[in-house]
Amino acid sequence: MKQKKWIPNVIILVLVLALYILLSVLISANIINPYYSGILTMVCINVILAVSLNLATGFLGQLVLGHAGFMSVGAYSAALFTMYSGLPTVVSFPLALLVGGIVAAAFGVIIGVPALRLKGDYLAILTLGFGEIIRVLILAMPFTGGAAGLSGIPLLTTFTYVFIIAIITVAVIFAFIHSRHGRAVIAIREDEIAAEAAGIHTTYYKLLAFVLAAFFAGIAGGLYAHHIGVLDPSKFDFNYSVEILIMVVLGGMGSITGSIVAAIVLTLLPELLRGFSEYRMLIYSVILICVMLFKPSGLLGQHELSLTKILNKFRGKKAETKKEA
Amino acid sequence: MDLLAQVFNGLGIGSIYALVALGYSMVYGIVQLINFAHGDIIMVGAYVTYVGLVMAGMPLWAAVLVSILFCGVAGVLIEKLAYSRLLKKGAPRISLLITAIGVSIFLQNLSQLLFSSSAKSMPAMFPNGMLELGALQISSNTILNIVTSIVMMIALQLLVNKTKIGKAMRATSEDAGAAKLMGINTNSTIAFTFGVGSALAAVGAVLYCNTFHQITPYMGGMLGLKAFVAAVLGGIGSIPGAMLGGYILGVAESLTTAAGGSQITDAVVFGILILVLLIKPAGLLGKNVREKV
Amino acid sequence: MAVLEAKNLGIAFGGLRALQDVQFSIGEKEIIGLIGPNGAGKTTVFNLLTDVYVPTEGTITLENQNIVGKKTYQITQGGISRTFQNIRLFKDISVIDNVKIAMNFQMKYSVLSGIFRLPAYRREEERVDKRAHELLQVFNLDEKSEDLAKNLPYGQQRKLEIARALATNPKVLLLDEPAAGMNPTETKELMETIRLIRDRFGIAILLIEHDMNFVMGICERIYVLDYGKVIAEGNPEEIRNNPRVITAYLGGE
Repeated sequence: MKQKKWIPNVIILVLVLALYILLSVLISANIINPYYSGILTMVCINVILAVSLNLATGFLGQLVLGHAGFMSVGAYSAALFTMYSGLPTVVSFPLALLVGGIVAAAFGVIIGVPALRLKGDYLAILTLGFGEIIRVLILAMPFTGGAAGLSGIPLLTTFTYVFIIAIITVAVIFAFIHSRHGRAVIAIREDEIAAEAAGIHTTYYKLLAFVLAAFFAGIAGGLYAHHIGVLDPSKFDFNYSVEILIMVVLGGMGSITGSIVAAIVLTLLPELLRGFSEYRMLIYSVILICVMLFKPSGLLGQHELSLTKILNKFRGKKAETKKEA
Repeated sequence: MDLLAQVFNGLGIGSIYALVALGYSMVYGIVQLINFAHGDIIMVGAYVTYVGLVMAGMPLWAAVLVSILFCGVAGVLIEKLAYSRLLKKGAPRISLLITAIGVSIFLQNLSQLLFSSSAKSMPAMFPNGMLELGALQISSNTILNIVTSIVMMIALQLLVNKTKIGKAMRATSEDAGAAKLMGINTNSTIAFTFGVGSALAAVGAVLYCNTFHQITPYMGGMLGLKAFVAAVLGGIGSIPGAMLGGYILGVAESLTTAAGGSQITDAVVFGILILVLLIKPAGLLGKNVREKV
Repeated sequence: MAVLEAKNLGIAFGGLRALQDVQFSIGEKEIIGLIGPNGAGKTTVFNLLTDVYVPTEGTITLENQNIVGKKTYQITQGGISRTFQNIRLFKDISVIDNVKIAMNFQMKYSVLSGIFRLPAYRREEERVDKRAHELLQVFNLDEKSEDLAKNLPYGQQRKLEIARALATNPKVLLLDEPAAGMNPTETKELMETIRLIRDRFGIAILLIEHDMNFVMGICERIYVLDYGKVIAEGNPEEIRNNPRVITAYLGGE
C-alpha cells in the first residue's frame, strides 16, 4: 500500500494555523490578557531555545552550558541594531533578529573552533566559561548599559512574530536533522571514531550543529529583548542555561517534539504554581538527577510524537474492526 | 618588590585553587567525571564552618574539624546517591555531567533556602600579621595558605603512593574492571576518593573564609570553575599538576588585578584554559591518552 | 600494479617501537591476510593506514598518492575503508541510516537544499536510498533496514559494519577480525561473502584474522607480523611451511 506522505504534513500545518488563529483571536479579544500573552511569548522563546539546544546536546551529543550566553549576545546585538540603525521598524526588526542570530553564530564559531577539537567534558566547561565571560564583558562594555541594563528597546515582539519564528525554527531544525547533514551529526553522537571512518568530516559537522544552535539562540535573544524592552546581563546567567538544558533533558535528548512539550510545560508551570519560585531550582535539580538516574535519555528519549504514527495506529484499528465486521 | 608581593598574593589565593583542584583531579583521575558539584562542596564547607564557629560558638579547631568531616561524609553520600548507579551502569559521560550539574544546583539552592542568598560575614580565624623580608611584605595568611596547600599535597601523594587504599585508587583509575577482578572493592575505593576530595575542599573552604571573610550560596560556582581550570592546566589526574595549576592561576589573576584589569580576571582565567586546551590538552604535567581503537 | 603500498612503516609509542620497517603492497582485487601472534601490531597497521595513529616513519601510498598526514575522513573518501575489531556501529539509529551515513560524502546537496527540501535534496536522497537498499540486499539485511542497529544479532552486526564500509565506495577494504565470535557455519558464509564482495565491487581486501582455516582458505597472499616486523610473506602454502612463522606461533628459539 502506498502511503501519501504529504497528508500528515498538511494536517500539522492546518493544526498549527488553527492554533495560531485561535490564540490571536483570544488575545485581540482580550480573553487572554496582556500578562498571559506575555507568558505565551516566553513559551515560544523557550521553545526556540530548547529545540536549538537539543540540536547541540541531543543530536550532536555535546553538553552545552552557555546557551543563555549565546542568547544574550543575540539580544544585545539585536536591541542595539533597532535602537541605532535608524531604519523604519518594519525593516529594522526582522533585520535585527537576523543580526542577533548572526552575531551569536559568530560567537559560536569563536568558541566552537577550540572547544570542539576536544572531548565533550571540556566543551561543557568552555561553554560555561563563555557564558560567564560574556556577562562580564557586557558589564564592562561602554555601549551596553552595564549593570544598570540596556533600556528603551522598542517593544516590537508581537505574538505573531514570535509564534511564526518558533514554528520556522522547529521546521528548519527538523528538516536539518532529516537531511544528510543531520544524519552526519547524529552519527557523531553515536560514535565519533566510526563516523570519521565512514568519511564524515566530524569537525565540520560538529561546528555546523553548534553554530546553528547558537544562531537560533541569538534570534530567541532578539525576540526576548524586544519583548521585555530592558536587558540586564544577570538574566542570562548559568541558571538560565541550565533551565533550557532541563527542558531538553526532560523532553528527551534527541526528540524535537519532546523539547517543545517540555518548554511549554516548564514555562507555564511556575506561573501556575504560586509560591513555587523559591523552590523551583531545588525541585528542578532533583528532577534532573532523578531523570538521569532512571531514564537517562529523557522522558521521550529519542522518540518523536508523530502524527503519521498516530494516524497509522488509527487506520490500523479501523482496518481491524472492518475485518472483524 | 611590588611585583614580588603580588606574586606572593597570587600564590596565597592560588593555594586555595590548588586544594580544590586536587579534589577535581582525584575524582577525574578515578572515574573520568568532572564533578561540577565539587566547587559547591567548598561552599558547604564554608557554611558548616560558619555554623560551627559563629552560630554554635565552637572553638576554631572544632569548627574546622567538623567542617572537614561533614564535607568528607557529604562527598561519599553524593557519590552513593547520585553517581554510583550511573558509574556501575557505565552510563554515557553526558548523563554523569548532567547529574553533577543537578547536584551542584541542588546544593546551591538548598543552602540559599537554609541561609538566604545574602552574604554571611566570617570573623577572622587566624591572627594575621605582616612578615617583613627586607622591603617585601607578606601577610601571614598568605604563608598559612601556601604551607597548608603544600602539606596537603605531600600528604595526598603519600596516601596515593604509599598506602594500601592508595594502591587501590591507582589500580581503579588505571582499569576499574581489572581492579575488580583483582579483588579490589572499586565501589568503596571510588567513594573514598570522593570523600578525600571533599575533605580537601573543606580545608580549602576554611582558607577561603580566612582570606575573604564572606560567604554566599553561590561562592562555589566561580571558585570551582577556576579550580577546574587549574586542574586542567596542571594536567588533570596529576596531584603536583593540580598544585602547579592552582599557583599559576592565582598568580596570573593577581597580576591581572595589579595591572588594573580586575574586571577581566575571569576572562583571563578562561583565556588561559582555552590556550592550554589548544596547545597542550593534556596539561603541563599530564599524560597524553588516546582512545583505544 | 599496487593499489595500496606501505614502505618502511614504523611507529613508536614513547620508547616502544610497535612497528618497524613494515613493507607490503596490495594489488588490485587481491585478498590479503595479515596475521601474527597477539600484540604483533596488526591492528596498529590498520590504525596507521587510517590516520588513527600517525606513523613516525615511512610512507603509505594509495594509487601512488601519499596519504600520510591526511585525516581519517579524507582517507576514507580517498578509498580506504575499514571495520573495527570490536564492532562500532551507530547503535541507536536504523540499519539503513548506518549505511546512508557512509554515503554522506558522495551526496551532493547543500545544507540549505536540505533544509528547504529543494529538488537536489529529493534527487540525492532517492538515489542513495536505492543504493543503500541494494547494498543491504547483498548482505541479506534489507528486511531489517528499519530496525535499530543495536537490535541485530551479532553476526548481522558484523555484516552491517562491512556493508557500511563498502558504502564509502572503497578501493581497499580493511577488515579487522571479521570472523571473530562466529560459529563455523557463519565463518564459511562470511568467506563466500568476502569473495562475492571482491568480485562484485572489484576491490582489494586486507584482513586481520586469527582463524587460520579462514585465512588460509580465502587469502591469496599473507603477511606475517611478529614483534612489529614482517617476518614472512607468501601464499598460504608457503606461510604454512615457513619455519619462522611456526616459531613465532609456537614459541621456541
